[in-house]
Amino acid sequence: MTDAPGPEELLRPGHLACQGCAAALAMRYVLGALGERTVVVLPASCWSIIAGPFPSSSLAVPLVHVPFETAGAVASGVRAALDVRGRRDVEVLAWAGDGGTFDIGLQALSGAAERNEDIIYACYDNEAYMNTGIQRSSATPRYAWTTTTPATSPKTTPKKNIMEILAAHKIPYCATATVAYPQDLADKVAKARKYRGTKFLHILCPCPPGWKYEPRFTVKLARLAVHTKVFPIYEITGGDTYRINIDPEGTPVAEYLKLQGRFAHLNETEMEEMQARVDFEWGRLLHKSLMEPFTRQQR
Amino acid sequence: MRKLLTANHAVSHAVRLARVEVIAAYPITPQTPIVEELSEMCASGALAAKFIKVESEHSAMACCIGAESAGARSFTATSSQGLALMHELLHWAAGARLPIVMAEVNRALGPGWNIWADQTDSLAQRDTGWLQFYCESAQEVLDSVLIAYRVAEQASLPAMVAYDAFFLSHTAEVVEVPSQESVDRYLPPYRPKLELGVEAPAAFGALTSPDYFMEFRLKAEQAMEAAADMATQAMEEFAGLFGRRYYPLEAYSSDDAELILVVTGSAASTARVVIDRLRGSGKRVGLVKVKLFRPSPKEEIRRLLGRAAKVAIVDRNLSLGAGGIVAQEIAAALANEPARPAIHSYIAGLGGRDITEETLEEIVEDALSQVRARPRPLWVGVRS
Repeated sequence: MTDAPGPEELLRPGHLACQGCAAALAMRYVLGALGERTVVVLPASCWSIIAGPFPSSSLAVPLVHVPFETAGAVASGVRAALDVRGRRDVEVLAWAGDGGTFDIGLQALSGAAERNEDIIYACYDNEAYMNTGIQRSSATPRYAWTTTTPATSPKTTPKKNIMEILAAHKIPYCATATVAYPQDLADKVAKARKYRGTKFLHILCPCPPGWKYEPRFTVKLARLAVHTKVFPIYEITGGDTYRINIDPEGTPVAEYLKLQGRFAHLNETEMEEMQARVDFEWGRLLHKSLMEPFTRQQR
Repeated sequence: MRKLLTANHAVSHAVRLARVEVIAAYPITPQTPIVEELSEMCASGALAAKFIKVESEHSAMACCIGAESAGARSFTATSSQGLALMHELLHWAAGARLPIVMAEVNRALGPGWNIWADQTDSLAQRDTGWLQFYCESAQEVLDSVLIAYRVAEQASLPAMVAYDAFFLSHTAEVVEVPSQESVDRYLPPYRPKLELGVEAPAAFGALTSPDYFMEFRLKAEQAMEAAADMATQAMEEFAGLFGRRYYPLEAYSSDDAELILVVTGSAASTARVVIDRLRGSGKRVGLVKVKLFRPSPKEEIRRLLGRAAKVAIVDRNLSLGAGGIVAQEIAAALANEPARPAIHSYIAGLGGRDITEETLEEIVEDALSQVRARPRPLWVGVRS
């Protein structure tokens, strides 16, 4: 699939994303599925730049830039204002990077999710603070190089499982997606719109300068992340019903790692360890997807 | 209608009368009764607002920023640590030119934990671009919230209404609660000048290069300067409708005074009693109460204080290393006056220590007795 799934382009030419930026593609697909009656709440992130400086904007929808840690809260306020002013049909999209979601914005996001605010919160996850120049975040995978986790002292803790954190809030809908599967992403946006309450989209967005690969490999890497089971594509409804949307081919994890300069320092033992961890997490996810959800058990 | 109200509950009634549309707040002593009462009002339908019960003061202000950006009249309330936590967003709200109104119950900042009256919390936010109104009674608090909305929305700047913990927040007095019809006449529905709307898509708060940044700041500063006159006018119109007259700076027995005492907040009521007594014993002393702190009413400061021989300023706050904040402001406003008064600076009442008639009398007597002002503030009522 090469074209946007939506009927119209709401991401305009002239945006300031790097070549091969998955975060730009992701916005294009999500807005295409949401349409023009959407308000975007944008905390500090790469997208603060991509959206364009004053007096221009690369989005054809209203957009408010907000401080780094506030996406969940500002989006709640926008939603409240639209509701009291009788504009229930306008969607509020909080669009935050992994830093603004996993780290500094987690509290405000948790608050919004716990209140079950009627918003769509999308995290475009490029697995580090890319806008400030590739510093590690809690979304950075184990062993990845960043400028604050040099190859001689790489990150030793795992990527935070943000989907489980959001699912634990029992919000109506959480889903993962990547730019390699735009129709899956668009379908999930459409599905999210049907629920009242907080919807969370976790979109893996490969980053050429941050992950150190050629821009032409963005979609390939996003696809490999899915098929190696590094980033499974699944959804959680009601916080307890897991469904895997794309069956991975089971490609070896090494094929994903070897395309990226940020993992160039890994030795065979570490790669094998990564494979074993991925297999273990996949098994857990598979197990959850086979469990009877609470709602069905009660019948 | 006359009601027995604490200043906190007076705020809740003002918010109801202002027909606020979105409230976001987090509990903190001594602010909490405001939002408890507002929760009741929202639950009963007395107020048709959406109340977002957030997980922090930081998010309370962020919610207000979102709500106000999307065109809704919004409100929050906080104190002390909560206000300090909001600091980044106070700058943001003002820079975004959002007329959010906040009730700020003046409470000391820790450590050690102290829930009592101290104005350092709000005065420390003086550079954030918020209008600041200080109050001395529950009535003035109620009225000031309405005035604050009026001025904030006219100037497109946020405003805080500050008042002392417990002396006002938890002390009940008889308050005249205006009718909804009269408030509707004073405060028309909020009409945002710009809003986040799908009919006219625009980007707000975007990356702003050195080519534009200063002009945005200049516009905000010009709005702040204009807000001083707007505040005076809003207070005049308020008096016309409701019969209660407020001033950015309120002078009391100060026309012929050699020495003028300057106070903010609840100490003003005590100060009037002291001034009356000292006048009775033949001393030419007067009082100026600072109500509007931001924008700084510089013209009024010069007009009301410029001719006195001495000014004695009581600061219930402390800027560590610089002394009392109100004294600094007044000294700065008078700096270029050819015959400016001597500025006598006093620190009193921090962390809820009482500012009694004796405290103020001691301050006046001290200032009268000094040939020259001390280089540093004198701390009054402290253990030796």
